[in-house]
Amino acid sequence: MMYEIIAFYLFSFLTITMFCIVVFSKNALYSMTALAGGMIFISGFFFLLDADFLGVVQIIVYSGAVMAVYAFGMIFIDTTKDVKEKIKGKRMIYSFSIAIAILLVVIVSSPIVSGHIIATTPMIEGVSNPKMVGYALFTKYLVPFELTAVMLLVAMVAGIVLVSKKMDISLSLKDNFEAKGEFEQGVAK
Amino acid sequence: MITLTHYLVLSSILFTIGLIGIVRRKNLLMLFFSTEILLNAVNIGFAAVSKSFGDMTGQMFAFFIIAVAASEVAVGLGLLVLWYKRKSTIDLDSMQSMRG
Amino acid sequence: MMEKYIYITLFSPLIGSLFAAIFGDKKKKLITGVFASLMLLVSAFSSIYLMLHVSAEQTYHVKLMDWISAGGLNIPFGFVVDQVSVIMMVTVTFVSAMIHIYSIGYMDHDESFNRFFVYLSLFVFSMLILVMSDNFLGLFIGWEGVGLCSWLLIGFWYHKDSASWAANEAFIMNRVADLGMLIGIFLIYWNTGSLEYDAVFAKAATLPHHTLILIGAFLFIGAMGKSAQFPFHTWLADAMEGPTPVSALIHAATMVTAGVFLVIRSNAVFSMIPSVSLFVASLGAFVAVFAASMALVHNDLKKIIAYSTLSQLGYMFVAAGLGAYWIALFHLMTHAFFKSVLFLGAGNVMHAMDDELNIKKMGGLGEKMKWTMIIMTIASLALSGIYPFAGFFSKDKILEVAFSSHAYILWALLWIGAGMTAFYSFRLVMLVFFGEERYKRYGFHPHEASALMLWAMAPLALFATIGGFFEGGFHEFVTEFLPNFEAEIEPHFMSYILMVITLGVALSGILYAVYKYSTGGFSKEAEEYPVYKLLFNQYYIPQFYDKCIVKPYMSISTFLWQKVDVAIVDTIVDAIARVLYTSGDKARVMQSGNLSKMLRLMVFGLLVLLLLVVIFYPAK
Repeated sequence: MMYEIIAFYLFSFLTITMFCIVVFSKNALYSMTALAGGMIFISGFFFLLDADFLGVVQIIVYSGAVMAVYAFGMIFIDTTKDVKEKIKGKRMIYSFSIAIAILLVVIVSSPIVSGHIIATTPMIEGVSNPKMVGYALFTKYLVPFELTAVMLLVAMVAGIVLVSKKMDISLSLKDNFEAKGEFEQGVAK
Repeated sequence: MITLTHYLVLSSILFTIGLIGIVRRKNLLMLFFSTEILLNAVNIGFAAVSKSFGDMTGQMFAFFIIAVAASEVAVGLGLLVLWYKRKSTIDLDSMQSMRG
Repeated sequence: MMEKYIYITLFSPLIGSLFAAIFGDKKKKLITGVFASLMLLVSAFSSIYLMLHVSAEQTYHVKLMDWISAGGLNIPFGFVVDQVSVIMMVTVTFVSAMIHIYSIGYMDHDESFNRFFVYLSLFVFSMLILVMSDNFLGLFIGWEGVGLCSWLLIGFWYHKDSASWAANEAFIMNRVADLGMLIGIFLIYWNTGSLEYDAVFAKAATLPHHTLILIGAFLFIGAMGKSAQFPFHTWLADAMEGPTPVSALIHAATMVTAGVFLVIRSNAVFSMIPSVSLFVASLGAFVAVFAASMALVHNDLKKIIAYSTLSQLGYMFVAAGLGAYWIALFHLMTHAFFKSVLFLGAGNVMHAMDDELNIKKMGGLGEKMKWTMIIMTIASLALSGIYPFAGFFSKDKILEVAFSSHAYILWALLWIGAGMTAFYSFRLVMLVFFGEERYKRYGFHPHEASALMLWAMAPLALFATIGGFFEGGFHEFVTEFLPNFEAEIEPHFMSYILMVITLGVALSGILYAVYKYSTGGFSKEAEEYPVYKLLFNQYYIPQFYDKCIVKPYMSISTFLWQKVDVAIVDTIVDAIARVLYTSGDKARVMQSGNLSKMLRLMVFGLLVLLLLVVIFYPAK
């Protein structure tokens, strides 16, 4: 029990710190790195919550795939420079956000366990988590699962089509009209 | 003893950080990062509820959210790169073509 | 079987009207007038056929369709053909048919020829609904229908300000009175739970007396408006702005008699309330003299005849008020014939005189317009009540009724009225057709009306001459339905004496007029007498209405308009609009297209939603 408490607070501290860096850092590269770290720490919570499969997926998908995509994306953008932003109305942003935070905490920390909730897909004692996930995915959630697969495929195709064409030409250097034409040509192809 | 409430409070705090990021940053890339934080904050909440009620549904939701996040990154980043190529900037203030 | 004829009678005028309406705004097409007249003839023959088949054993009652069926209220579109309605139908369709034919000639040069027949036939249709309906609501529909057509026809020459003014006056006056009528109908429904004549009259006897008085009074207010009785009389004289066939049809023969018809139709109610009936009779006698006195001095050809119509309607109300319903109906019928032909004769004169109406500018027209003169003299004799013309029989009966009911004051009034009638009728005839040819001074070139117009007048003139001899048959026929009334005057020779006295006053009126106007008429000084001025200005009643009703109403309206409507209502409405407009103007800033700003707004929305969650968190 003790180590669970220690782990929870440790991971909490680490994720919050990492995400704060993501949000407040001026350098996009730092932000990305901190995000990747934060993702991994979040998977720690999943393991703590006996959601082994989710933890693994988190590491693979987020820290692996998503971060890789971000890294590739940042190749196109000069990230060594600090991000320049004109931020207006800081006070309002923070007061809003803190208010929301307080409200959320109030809402979730008030007792929500009413006892009327019945598990629709109950976990079975003694069956490992990945097995349970597989069982749920391929029975009850089969259709959404397949749709998710299609969606991912579509997203992948879209990503490739959007980025791959005429990578060597910087469209911004060209005449706007011509660029537009070429862009549309590219899409048509 | 770590209860469900602990996790939900953590989830709320992370969500708020993401929200601050969304509202504060004007860089499109940072906006994407903040969105990821929001999604992850929610995922923790789902997983915690799932454990607390002994129900797989929460985990399933978290799973689909991860899938959605992945698609979003693929499409969103493609658009971002395209935008950058046309305008040499990914500052939000440059995107005012929807002005009414 | 007979149902077919009822529908033919009713719908032929409508078909004629709709046919003419197709060419409504086109150039003159003779076919519209001919077709409309043909339809009217069909309707007239069909109603005469119906009359021959209606008897004590056999009346017809048809139901076209269910009309209003809501809750306890059930009103079918039903029509009844009994002795009263069939007499009205025959009168209306026959006179209308003749006037339609006459109008083909009269409106010959008018560019709105087709439109005229649309309105005229539509009027006949409405009038038929009025007289044939088997319930009060159907009667009211017809009542309003003829009101509408009257408005359309008085204002037929709408480019003339005076015509539109007169049309509006007639319409508004009738609206005021119709409110009374409507209240009467509501009261009937409220108390009897039905509007059908049979059911209402069957139940009327069981109603408390004061309720009956209210019903009778309110119905009579409606009748007063339609029949232009005092104090609603001013519109009728002004309504003469319309084309003359309209005056002949609507404002002499048919529509204005609708009030009398209503009283006759509701005889079951009126016979139970002697107080209201006495009021009806008294008002009738008053109007008979009142209107006749105004006719004495007027110089406007058509207005004289209009006042005479008013006066004759007064006679009818006297008869109806004294319970002699069949005599009222008889006078209604004979009056329809001789008054319409009188108006048509006036139309001929107007045609000849280029629409000049001042009889002081006429005179000696008899030479040029021989047939018109003969017809109008016949009609005037009938109107004056000279034997053997139709007016004698009906008018003399009314005087007998008054005498035998011991209403001697009414009798005296009517007697004076008869003298006046004779005088002004022949004053008109003398001034128009005899004496010095004054029209030459004004450069008119009169000519006789076309043969078609004269032939259309001939049947009406014929009935004006011999109509009185149908009295016996009419009496027998109508009293199968209406309560009988025999004027019993004791001793018997008294009735002959009365007849002679009445004839005497009429004859002396005629002779005085003939004598006076063949010797140059009254001197100029006579026009300075206050009595003359009083009569000439219609007892100053139009001015009185203007001062006491129109002006205060106008100022109240102005007050409401400027103080209430503009200052309060409009301001509130404007303020609402301004709030929306300014808030929209302010909120437009949100639509800057800036993603960052939109996100902020989204977050703000989230905050509000969360707040709502906290506030409305379900209490355990």
